[in-house]
Amino acid sequence: MRIVVAVKQIPDLVEELELTADGTDVDRELLKMVVNEFDDQALEEGLCLKEAGDAELVVVALDEPDVDQTLHAALAKGADAAIKLTGALTGWIDSHRRAALLASWLSGQSFDLVLTGVQAADDLDGQLPGLLGAQLEVPHISVAVRVEAEDGMAKVWQELAGGTVVVDEVRLPAVIGVQAARQAPRYVSISRIRQAQQSGGITEVEVQAAELGTEQFALRRLVAPEAAGHAEMLAGGAGEVADRIVELLRAKGLVRS
Amino acid sequence: MPIGGRKQPPTAVELEHATVTSPLSGREWELPGMWNRMFEQRVEWDFTTEGFEKIGSLEGGESLEWCYGCGKCVPVCPVDLVGEYGPRKIHRKVQTGLDLFTSDDLWLCTTCMNCLRVCPKEVDMVKVMPAVREVAVAEGQVPGELADVFEKTFRYGNALGENPRRRHAWTRDAGVDVRVLASDPRPVDVLFYVEDYWSYHPRGMQAARSFARVATALGVDFAILGPEEKTIGDSQRLAGEKGLFEALMEDVVATLDRYEFQRIVTPDPHGFNALVKEYPKRGHRYDVLHYTQLLAPLVDRIEWRKELDCTVTFHDPCYLGRHNGEYDAPRTLLRAIPGVRLVEMGRCRENGYCCGGGGGGMWLDGLTANHTSERLSERRVREAVESGADVLAVCCPYEVSRFEDGAKSTGNDQLQVRDIIELVDEAMGGGGG
Amino acid sequence: MGNDVLVLAEHRNGRLSDVTFELVGKARELADRGGGRVLAVLLGETSLAHELGVADVVLCSEDPAVATYNAQAYERAMVHVVERQQPRLVLTSTTTVGMDVSTALSVHWPAPLASYVVDVRRDGEDLAVTCRAYGGKLLAEVALTGPRAICAVIAGCFPAADGRSEVAGRSEVAGQVELLDLEGVFDGLGVSVAQVVEPEKGDVDITAADLLVSVGRGIGSRENLEVVQELADALGAPLAASRPLIDQGWLPKARQVGKSGLTVRPKVYLALGISGAPEHLEGMQHAETVIACNTDPKAPIFDVATYGTTVDLFDLTDELVKRVQE
Repeated sequence: MRIVVAVKQIPDLVEELELTADGTDVDRELLKMVVNEFDDQALEEGLCLKEAGDAELVVVALDEPDVDQTLHAALAKGADAAIKLTGALTGWIDSHRRAALLASWLSGQSFDLVLTGVQAADDLDGQLPGLLGAQLEVPHISVAVRVEAEDGMAKVWQELAGGTVVVDEVRLPAVIGVQAARQAPRYVSISRIRQAQQSGGITEVEVQAAELGTEQFALRRLVAPEAAGHAEMLAGGAGEVADRIVELLRAKGLVRS
Repeated sequence: MPIGGRKQPPTAVELEHATVTSPLSGREWELPGMWNRMFEQRVEWDFTTEGFEKIGSLEGGESLEWCYGCGKCVPVCPVDLVGEYGPRKIHRKVQTGLDLFTSDDLWLCTTCMNCLRVCPKEVDMVKVMPAVREVAVAEGQVPGELADVFEKTFRYGNALGENPRRRHAWTRDAGVDVRVLASDPRPVDVLFYVEDYWSYHPRGMQAARSFARVATALGVDFAILGPEEKTIGDSQRLAGEKGLFEALMEDVVATLDRYEFQRIVTPDPHGFNALVKEYPKRGHRYDVLHYTQLLAPLVDRIEWRKELDCTVTFHDPCYLGRHNGEYDAPRTLLRAIPGVRLVEMGRCRENGYCCGGGGGGMWLDGLTANHTSERLSERRVREAVESGADVLAVCCPYEVSRFEDGAKSTGNDQLQVRDIIELVDEAMGGGGG
Repeated sequence: MGNDVLVLAEHRNGRLSDVTFELVGKARELADRGGGRVLAVLLGETSLAHELGVADVVLCSEDPAVATYNAQAYERAMVHVVERQQPRLVLTSTTTVGMDVSTALSVHWPAPLASYVVDVRRDGEDLAVTCRAYGGKLLAEVALTGPRAICAVIAGCFPAADGRSEVAGRSEVAGQVELLDLEGVFDGLGVSVAQVVEPEKGDVDITAADLLVSVGRGIGSRENLEVVQELADALGAPLAASRPLIDQGWLPKARQVGKSGLTVRPKVYLALGISGAPEHLEGMQHAETVIACNTDPKAPIFDVATYGTTVDLFDLTDELVKRVQE
């Protein structure tokens, strides 16, 4: 079985997001890019699948800032190969274009499963798994919390609103959007990441995507949301704040006086 | 107070009743529980040497099996004082089948080095623990709270996961200009290596501002790296992330190579330790001082403006004192401050107690809490209070927050925890009061 | 090209979900302005059609392929309907169903798609759409040009009352329910549903509590859960959590608040170390009072909280436990 895990870089939300002068994008000069946390879950699920059976795991990403670190970490965790798709890739890459770039590479590959994060912080024009599955014309399932696979079939635990889980049997190949792996993503030591760095291991492939109708999605500008209502901030140290909270709870009859 | 403080008692295992049958007569005796009392389950006698072989094969792990069980290390171990630990006990446990690589015991050692000081066999836990931890880390067997810090350190260059671009935010309210080399790369005498907790922790930032004011008043020509600074990461190394330490070292050295300076001065004994001992092993040699070593010789030039009138006791940082032999520079500064009466705690200098922050302990409070009756910092705060001091003076960036928490949680809010530099700054009339 | 607005209805346990009414209400407004109809697609539970009186036409199917949610069957049905109806706009939610269907439609129909939509208006020939981006830190203003479009809308952004026929003053629909002819649409499906697992009821029902203590990533490590549990016990409140903690396996799934967990409406929601990702806010924003503790003063949780504080959460927990136990 051949598993492809598609990962992407997103702006680190720990930091303040500053905008470019024209306001159409976050200022990427000042940003730190990190792996999309859901992609990390997808990778973990892929690694669990690989360990459970006979599978080859290939991780693929577009050539985005700091992506090498992400790919090296994936190799250190146990991916068999890392592919970096290059081309004229700058600024925000919408999901339609991302899907087209991945699809153009995947169409020349054999694969059984494509795992990727169910969503990302900047997928404004839709989530990658559905777009990629549709473009490849293979089934896709979003919000998976567990995947098992054998003999051309996968069992996918898909979570619906409210926590109901549908267990699907899916004919492979298929694209799965992973919400959470069956276990927390593993820690990989920096020594291993560095070993992966030193031994290279990233293969660069140039891709050209087919034209797509995404020009009908025009991102006019990004704005900071107006704080519609903001919390009344309680003054003082922990003791005073605790006094106020107990008072509030008491007023609602939630603690006994 | 008993010297052991509130020690975690050993677990007594006792059968309610036992029946012993004679193999000869077949007669049975009923024995009451007290006859069967033991501490912990008795160990099996047919253990293997596998544990020592595995640990001994690691670089730095050899010395564990040199232990001949004299037990000198146990009463001086700061962790044993509040728990059930001590190197000799670890030795015995490994001897009787403990897999140290997967045991919580692996993460309790703070690498304070007090055991090595008294060990006749030179069993060096400061090397053993990091070596075993390195293997555990490589296998992903690392407590979550620590893994989180490793990842933050790797990603942001500081253990707190703060924005690298805000590393010099503390300078804004210092009241004096602090030169950042990236924007003003002229040669400088002192490169002030601020390290993480003085850069980002609110109490550390206050100390950093104090240092800037004092150094400026004394005419010290200094500058900082600002956003280019990354942690030296010595505690991460001792917690088992040698690869992270080495990656950081490459970055640090590359940054340092870009500037001309005479000396590095740092407030962090951990960074200091690595610059003095680890960097030269890889061929990187710098003239490095702890900030107390920079200021102690200048003490006669200080113009004091205020008398502090307080009784102060001083906590020796393990990595300045025991690890690097500097006990006097901090005391020289403290004694010079007008109105300061210096008293010593029972455990001081070579036998100084540990705040619990070293060797990764700074980031393992959750795990450690499951194995100790109180935090090491709480134990130390109670000792400070008993010395009659109003102020617990420190000079390691880990300690202010640890001891302030300890003072609160032990109900000793009256004890002030101050970095020496804050006291110096206040007595010089700076804003550190 | 019509001016119709088409909505995909979602239902669970024999009830239409709130977001369906929110979408139908919004569709009504947009269709009325553009002189079009509101079409609702209801797959699986035809009996619920009468609740969708605000729509002009309810297109139903009880084909066994869509009896329970099947991602591929839903997509095929929707592509089939949309190709025949050619609406101006399709509205879905951003739930699992919405994500599966909106993306597939965007490729197969095809039409531009905006996701995480919090507002949509007509703007001349175009649609002006506002989307939540970057974990709620920014809003994106997007123009969807061309003759057709798809919006995946975040739950809770539009009033559900506008979509409920009894509130909107519309009578039950009769004769406007059309059964879809989906002959052949489901041939050769690659997805089949093997099993449906309802969430375990769990030890506690967090939806029934008047007071909830809820924790997020800010608590740092699993060991710290005990501290917060102690507070919850002292207050007699169940402990809930945001998704990351559940994914880590620190608390059972039945304690999860948010989009993929449960929606709660307690009198007081005490949020500790929760930054307020949009998915979490969906599950708790209708609590009567929200008290949030987070060290980051810019955390989005403070935008929905009634009261906030940035003190250390463990200090606060200690102080609260002390006071409550007195």
